[in-house]
Amino acid sequence: MPSLKDLKNRITSVKNTRKITKAMQMVAAAKLRRAQEAAENARPFADRMTAVMSGLAASVGGSDSAPRLLAGTGSDQTHLLVVMTGERGLCGGFNANIAKLAKQRATELLAQGKTVKIMTVGKKGRDAMRRDFGQYFAAHVDLSEIKRIGYVNAQDIARDILNRFEAGEFDVATIFFSRFENVISQVPTAKQIIPATFEAGQATDTSAVYDYEPSEEAILADLLPRGVATALFAALLENNASFNGAQMSAMDSATRNAGDMIDKLTIEFNRSRQAVITNELIEIISGAEAL
Amino acid sequence: MADTMQFDLVSPERKLASVSAREVRIPGADGDLTAMPGHAALITTLRPGILTVVGPEGTAEYAVTGGFAEISPEGVTVLAERGLPKAELTTAIHAEMMAEARSVVEAAHPSVVDAASKMLADMEALGTHMSL
Repeated sequence: MPSLKDLKNRITSVKNTRKITKAMQMVAAAKLRRAQEAAENARPFADRMTAVMSGLAASVGGSDSAPRLLAGTGSDQTHLLVVMTGERGLCGGFNANIAKLAKQRATELLAQGKTVKIMTVGKKGRDAMRRDFGQYFAAHVDLSEIKRIGYVNAQDIARDILNRFEAGEFDVATIFFSRFENVISQVPTAKQIIPATFEAGQATDTSAVYDYEPSEEAILADLLPRGVATALFAALLENNASFNGAQMSAMDSATRNAGDMIDKLTIEFNRSRQAVITNELIEIISGAEAL
Repeated sequence: MADTMQFDLVSPERKLASVSAREVRIPGADGDLTAMPGHAALITTLRPGILTVVGPEGTAEYAVTGGFAEISPEGVTVLAERGLPKAELTTAIHAEMMAEARSVVEAAHPSVVDAASKMLADMEALGTHMSL
């Protein structure tokens, strides 16, 4: 039976925790709104880019002169897994879910006898992947210093990946990130970025109508590397929105749990206070009777 | 024929401009070109340069780098990796862009180094053009 003093201390400490989680929830909510806006603003660029590229890819794709970023290296022996997670925790299963998906894929690929290389973006992903796949690490990108994700960050990562690709370090690159559905649902997603893939239906019939300057191949060769950066940028923004969404709901339930805990402790506190009073009364009365 | 068309300038981070225009002068990879309403459908890549938009409300100039322009009879959409109003392109920003282009040339793999050096040269020309 904890003493009254202990209970009081515990209630105070849970109350403080609740204050913190509540504050974190509100911060995450504000950040989420901004992250969603950023993701929304980035959409027109990405959409046009994909539409034009898929139109070009459909018309150039079959030919021998197709760029390697589209046609691939002709092998799929070495896979680069780009695992994009948050820099921080306290966000429910957000980081763990992405890492789980990536681990699953890595295990599958290894079982098929493929070579796996891992690149992580975000500290949490690195920590999670290093435990099981430490020997496959190729690189890590640290974004913890960056307050606001800009296109330049995506460009830097894309440049690194493309240089590795040109150097023949891998054949296929897949990014792992969390797609933002809504505040309570973030879907861990894998997307292959090299060789570029386009969903059916995205291809418009642009190639039929448009003239191309300099040429279809040249434009495609120019756009594909930018496409990688755009895909990474979109993934970073989705991830950022997902992270804040996940953190918001995690902190919301933490706040609620803290509230429940406080209620429970308060009842216990009141009960034991009652017991103490009763005890004291009994002592006084029996003392008086003994006189 | 309509005498204006829709002009959109889009960067990866946000839409920079969406106005109606009478003519748009675009720094294409193969040379400058002017798009006016009713222009044949064309897609061209961009080189770093100055994009000029002439509209009913006056003329606007933007410095753009990297990306492409999509021209149709009804309008022009320019997707630029980096775009900012010409007035905001200061010597400092240009120097920063030059430094970045230079580092790309240095880091580039031999197969793409040509494209990177061209980018740098174009960037330099842009600076000279604006007498920065």
